[in-house]
Amino acid sequence: MEMLRDHNWMLSVGTFLPLLGVLLLLVVPKANEQLIKKVALLTSIATVAVGVWTLFRFDFGNAGTMQFVDEKTWIPLIKSSYYIGLDGISLPLYFLSMVITLLVVIYSLDHIPAPGNPKAFFSLMLLLQTGMAGTFIAQDLILFFVFFELVLLPMYFMIGVWGGENRQYASLKFFLYTMFGSALMLIAFLALFFKTGAESFAIPYLVEHGGALAKNVQIWIFAGMFVGFAVKVPMFPFHTWLPDAHTQAPTQGSVILAAILLKLGTYGFVRIAIPVLPDAAKAWAPYIGGLAVIGIIYGALGCLAQTDMKRLIAFSSVAHMGFVMLGISTLTSFGVTAAMFGMVAHGLITGMLFFLAGSVKERYHTLEIARLGGILKQMPRLGWILGFSCMASLGLPGLAGFWGEFPAILSAYNPAAGLNETVFRVYMVVAALGTVLAAAYLLWLFQRVAFGEPKPEFAGDGHGHDDHAFHDVNKFEWFAWTPLLIAILVFGVVPNLMFKVLDPAVQTVLKGFKG
Amino acid sequence: MIAAAEALQTLSSGWFLEHAWLIPIIPAIGFAIIILFGKKLPMKGSEIGLLSMIASLVLAGGTAMQWIDRVGSGAEGQFIAPVVRTWNWWQIGGMNFTIGQSIDGLAVIILVVVAFISTLVQLYSTEYLNGDRRYTHFFAALTLFSAGMLAMVIAEDTILLLLGWEIMGLCSFMLIGHWWEDGANSRAALKAFFTVRTGDMGLLIGVAMLYFASNDWTTEHLGVSGFSIRGISAWALSGEPNSTVILVAAVALFIAAIGKSGQFPLHTWLPDAMAGPTPVSSLLHSSTMVVAGVFLVSRLYPVFFTGFDILGTGGNLIMVIGAITIVIAAALAFVQNDIKKVLAYSTVSQLGYMMLGLGAGAWLPAVFHIFTHAFFKACLFLGAGSISHSASHHSFDMKKDMGGLRKVMPITFTTWIISTLALCGVFPFSGFFSKDEIIDNVGNNGYQMFMIIGLLGAFMTAAYMTRATYLTFFGEARGASAGEHHDEHATAHAAHDSHDSHDAHDAHVADHGDHGPHESGWRITLPLVLLAVLALSSGLLNATPFGEKWERIKTWVEPRAEVVMETAPGGPGHSKLLSVPSAAEEGHHDSPCGSETPEEGVCYAPQLVHAKFKWSKAMLSLGIVFLGIALSWIVSTMLYTRKDKRLVGLTERNGVLRSGYNLLVNKYYLDALYEKVIVKAIAGPIAAAAYWFNQNVLDGILHAIAAVSRVFSGWVYRNIDQRVVDGTVNNSGKATKGAGGVLAPVQSGKVSQYGALLFSAAAVAALVLVIINS
Repeated sequence: MEMLRDHNWMLSVGTFLPLLGVLLLLVVPKANEQLIKKVALLTSIATVAVGVWTLFRFDFGNAGTMQFVDEKTWIPLIKSSYYIGLDGISLPLYFLSMVITLLVVIYSLDHIPAPGNPKAFFSLMLLLQTGMAGTFIAQDLILFFVFFELVLLPMYFMIGVWGGENRQYASLKFFLYTMFGSALMLIAFLALFFKTGAESFAIPYLVEHGGALAKNVQIWIFAGMFVGFAVKVPMFPFHTWLPDAHTQAPTQGSVILAAILLKLGTYGFVRIAIPVLPDAAKAWAPYIGGLAVIGIIYGALGCLAQTDMKRLIAFSSVAHMGFVMLGISTLTSFGVTAAMFGMVAHGLITGMLFFLAGSVKERYHTLEIARLGGILKQMPRLGWILGFSCMASLGLPGLAGFWGEFPAILSAYNPAAGLNETVFRVYMVVAALGTVLAAAYLLWLFQRVAFGEPKPEFAGDGHGHDDHAFHDVNKFEWFAWTPLLIAILVFGVVPNLMFKVLDPAVQTVLKGFKG
Repeated sequence: MIAAAEALQTLSSGWFLEHAWLIPIIPAIGFAIIILFGKKLPMKGSEIGLLSMIASLVLAGGTAMQWIDRVGSGAEGQFIAPVVRTWNWWQIGGMNFTIGQSIDGLAVIILVVVAFISTLVQLYSTEYLNGDRRYTHFFAALTLFSAGMLAMVIAEDTILLLLGWEIMGLCSFMLIGHWWEDGANSRAALKAFFTVRTGDMGLLIGVAMLYFASNDWTTEHLGVSGFSIRGISAWALSGEPNSTVILVAAVALFIAAIGKSGQFPLHTWLPDAMAGPTPVSSLLHSSTMVVAGVFLVSRLYPVFFTGFDILGTGGNLIMVIGAITIVIAAALAFVQNDIKKVLAYSTVSQLGYMMLGLGAGAWLPAVFHIFTHAFFKACLFLGAGSISHSASHHSFDMKKDMGGLRKVMPITFTTWIISTLALCGVFPFSGFFSKDEIIDNVGNNGYQMFMIIGLLGAFMTAAYMTRATYLTFFGEARGASAGEHHDEHATAHAAHDSHDSHDAHDAHVADHGDHGPHESGWRITLPLVLLAVLALSSGLLNATPFGEKWERIKTWVEPRAEVVMETAPGGPGHSKLLSVPSAAEEGHHDSPCGSETPEEGVCYAPQLVHAKFKWSKAMLSLGIVFLGIALSWIVSTMLYTRKDKRLVGLTERNGVLRSGYNLLVNKYYLDALYEKVIVKAIAGPIAAAAYWFNQNVLDGILHAIAAVSRVFSGWVYRNIDQRVVDGTVNNSGKATKGAGGVLAPVQSGKVSQYGALLFSAAAVAALVLVIINS
C-alpha cells in the first residue's frame, strides 16, 4: 500500500503533547490553581496548534492515502510495532478530539465541578486526549487496543469522582461494560493475528490477508470485534451504560464522551472490522443495520419518556448513532462517508447540547424538564443557542446534522451488492420515521424548557439562589461554544469541506466491496 | 408542434436570468445582518428585511421580463429550456453533486408572487408589530422564510428544494410561536412543525428513491445526477421507470405535499397556525409557504403524471385528496367564529382545488390559481389583521367583537369585498379565471364526479365567505367594535395577538386620542389596496374567455412538451436518443410527450390538453356562486340580525343537525385522534414501555450477569487466581491499583480485580477460539 512518510514526527508530537502537560501538572502544587489552569490551557492550545499544522501539511489531494506514516519496533516479541498514520477518515476525528479537548478545558476554567481538585481533573482530561488521538492514528491492532483502553480509565475517574449522585454505579457500569467489550475485541484481535499466520498486527497487513480467511472464521472474529465496538458506539442492546454514564458524568465528561468516545466504536468498524473481514462484514451487515434502526426508534422513544434534560440528550445519542451505524451497514461508500460525516456532526452537535445542559444545571440546579421553562425569557442567548442546537440535532438541512442523517437514509435504499435490498429499504423507511420522532422529542424539549413563562420557583432574579443565578451566556462559555456553533453552520452549508476529505479514504477502505 | 431542427431558435437570456440565484441569497444575507446587528439599527432591523425583499422583488421582476423575452425568442412550439446554472456542492462515493438554479416559467411566476407578497407583508408588519418585544426577531424570521421559499423555487436539484422546504418549516415554527410566552402559541408552533415533519418523511424517502431510480438514466442521457429535477422529470417521462417504483416515489412525495399544503388528513395544523401574528398568517399560511406542497407536485409533475397515471382512466390519489379537502375544509369554515380560522379553512379548501387540478391534468389552471389566490387571500388576511389592529381591539371573534365595520373602515371594507368576490370566483375578479378553469378542465378531462365536487365547493365558498362578510362588516356593531372595553375578554378570546402588541396598541391608541374603531394607517392600507388591485385584475393575465391572445400566463409559464437534446451530436433531430427504446410502439400512455413527437428525444413535461372555454359552463358555475351568496345572505340576516326563531338554536333542536354540527365543531375528531390517541400513545405508554424495557429488562439482564459473575469471580479468585495464575495477574492488578491510587481511591481494588479477570478470560477464550477454528 502506498504511503506518505513525510513529517512523520507530527502525529507523535500531536498525540503525546498532552502527556507532557500531565507531567508538568504533576509538579505544580495543588494549591496553585491559576498555574494549573494555565498549564492545561497552554498544553491544549499547543496541541491544537500541532493539529492545525497537521491540517496544513496534510495532502488533501491524497486523502485516501496514509500520511505522516511512522513505523518503529515496539514489542517485537508479539510482532507488534509502533505504527501510526493518518488518512481522510482519521483526520477529522483526530482534529476534532484536539479541538473538543481545548474547548472543554476553556469551559472548565470557570466550571470545575465538585469536589474540585483541578489538578487531577485537568490531568485526566489531557490523558484522555492522548488516548483519543492515539486511537485515531494507530495502525497496529495492539497499539490501537492500548490507546482504546487508555481512554477508559480517565473517563472512569471523571465520572466516578466528579459525577452526580449516582456516580459510583454509573462509572462502574461504564467501566465494566466497556471492559467486557474490549475483552471480546482483544480475543478477536488475537484470533485474527493467529489465523493470518501470526505475522503482524499491522492493519494494512491484516487488510491484505484477512479477506483470505474462510467465511465462517471471519464471522466469528467479526463477532468479537462487533461486541467490542458495538458497546462503545453504543448500539442497541448494548447501550444501557450510556444514559447512566452521561447523566452522572460532569459536563466536561459528557461532552467528551458524546463528541469523541462514542466515535471510537464506529471508527473501529470502519477502520478495522469492515476492511479486514469483508465477507463477515457482508454477512453481518443486515443484522447491524437492523440493530441500528431499532436503536433509532428505540432511542427516540427513550427520549420521549425522559423527564431529565440531560438523560434525554443521552438517549438521543443512541438514536443518532443508529443513523451512523445504518450508513456503515450499507457497506457503500455513500453510506460510510455519510456515517463518518455523521460522527463528526454528532460530536459537534451533541457535544454542544451537553455543554448547554451543563450550563442550565449550573443556573437552575436541576435538569428536570417539568421544573424548567421560559429559559428564552430569562436567558435569551442561551435559549436561542439551545434552539439552534436542537434544530441541528434533528437534522435541519443547512446545518451539519443533516449531512450525516440524510445520505445515511439515502444509502440504505441501495446497499452494497450482495445485500438484501428489500431489507435495507425497510430500514430506510424506519430510519425516516426516526427523523420525525427526533423532531418530536427535541422540539418538545425545547418547547417545554425554553418557551412559556419561567416556573414560579425560578421566577424573579434568582431569589434564594446566588446572585448571578440567571446570568446569560458568559465569556468562557462563548469561547467554548462559538467554534462549535460556527462549525455546525459551516459544515451544514459547505459539507464538501469534510466530504472531500472523507470520500477518497472511504473508497480505499471499501476497496474489497467493489463489484 | 414543430420538432424539426431547423425551426429551433437560439433562446435569449440575460443578466437577471443568469443571476436569479441572487434572489434568495439577498434575503439570506439580510437575515444574517438582522440577527447580528438588527437591534442596533435605527429601525431595529426591519429596514434590512424590507430592503432585502425589495431587492429580491426587483431582481424577480427583471427575471420575469427576461424570461418573457426568452419565451418570445423561441420558435412556436419550441421547448423553452430553463436557465440552468450549477456549482459543485458536495461529493460522495466519487460522484459530484451540484447546487444551482433552474429558472423556467413556473419558477418565475412563483418567484414574483413570493417576493411581492413578502415585500408587502414586511411593510405591513412595520406598523402591525410596532413596539413588539421581539420586533427584530420577527423580521429576521420573516426574511429567512423568504430566503428559504425563494431558494426552494429556483432549486435545480431536490436537495436544495429540501433545504428550502425545511427552512420554511423552521420559520413557520418560529413565527407561529412568536409570542411563545403563551402556552397555546408554542403548542400550535410545535404542532405545525411536527405535523409537517411527519409528511416530510415522505419527501426524504421520495427524494432517495428518485435519486437511485433515475441516477443511471440521467447520468447517461443528460449528464446530471438523480437529484436534478430536470433529470428526474425527463426520466419519469422516458418510459423507462418501473411503474411500482415511480408510483411509490410519487405517493411518498405526495405525502410530503399533503403535510405542507394542509391537505386532508394532515390539514389540522393550519387552522391552529393562526396563533401566529396576522402578517405571518397572511404570508406563510395562506399565500406562499402552504402552496409549497402544490409547488412540489407541479415542479416534479412528470413523476406524478407517470406514477399516478394522470389522465388515465378513473381518479387518482391526488384528485381524491384534493376533492375531500375542498369539501371538508369548506364545511368547517361555516362553524368558525374566528375570522382568521374561516380564512384558514378557506385556504385549505382552495389548496384542495389546486391539488384537484393537478391530479386531473389541469396543470396550468392549478399554477394560475396559486398566483391569483396568493393576492386575494393575502389581502383577506391582512384585512382581518387591519380590523383587529384598529377596530376590534385585538380580537378576531366575528360574533363578539365585529359587525357594522363597513362604515368606519372603508378601505379595509372595499379591499375585503374585492378579495371575497375574487375568492368566490365572481366574474371578472381574478379567482373566476383560475378556479373556474380548474373546474372546467377537471370536467373536460373526463372526471365528471370531481367537477361536481368542485362546483359544490364553489357554492360553499361563496356561502361561508358571505357569512363571514356579513358578520364582520354588516349588521350591528358588537363588542369591541362598538367601542366596548373588555380587556379580560380580549385576552381570553384573542389568545392570538398577545399582551405585548396589546400594550403597544394601547399606547398607539392613546396617541390618537381615539379608542373607537378607525381605519388603519397607510402602511397597512397600502398593501391592502395593492393586493386588492391585483385580486381584481390579475385574472386578466390568463383570461381564457377573451381568446388565446389573453392567455399570457399559458404562453409564459406552461412548458412546451418538446424535444430537448440540442447538444446531442448530429443536431436535435438526430440525437442519440433516437435509439433509446421508446414505449411509444406499445401505443399507450407511456409516451406522454404528445402524439407528434414521442420518440424524438427527451421531454420534460407531459402533453396536456386545455378545455375550450364556454360561456354556458361559466354561467352555470357563476349561477351556483350567486346562489350561494344569496342564500347565505338571507340566512345570515335571519340568524344574526333578526334572530329568527325558526333558525336560532336549530342545531340544538334537530338531532341530525346537532350531530352534524358537533362533528364540525370537533373538526371531524381528527385532532382528537392525533393528539389524544396517536401522540399520546407514543409519547405516553409506548415510550414508557420502551424505557421500562430499558431499565428493567436490559439493565436487569446486566445486573443479573453482574451478580452471577461477582459470585463466580469470588470463587475463581479464591480457588484459581490465588493459586494458579498468581504471579502475573497479581502484578498487573497491583500496577493498575497503583496507577489508580495516584489519582483517587475509588474502588480501584475492585476494578483491577475485574479487569484482571477479564483480561485473563480474554486470553483463554482467544486460545479456545483459535483451537476450535484451526
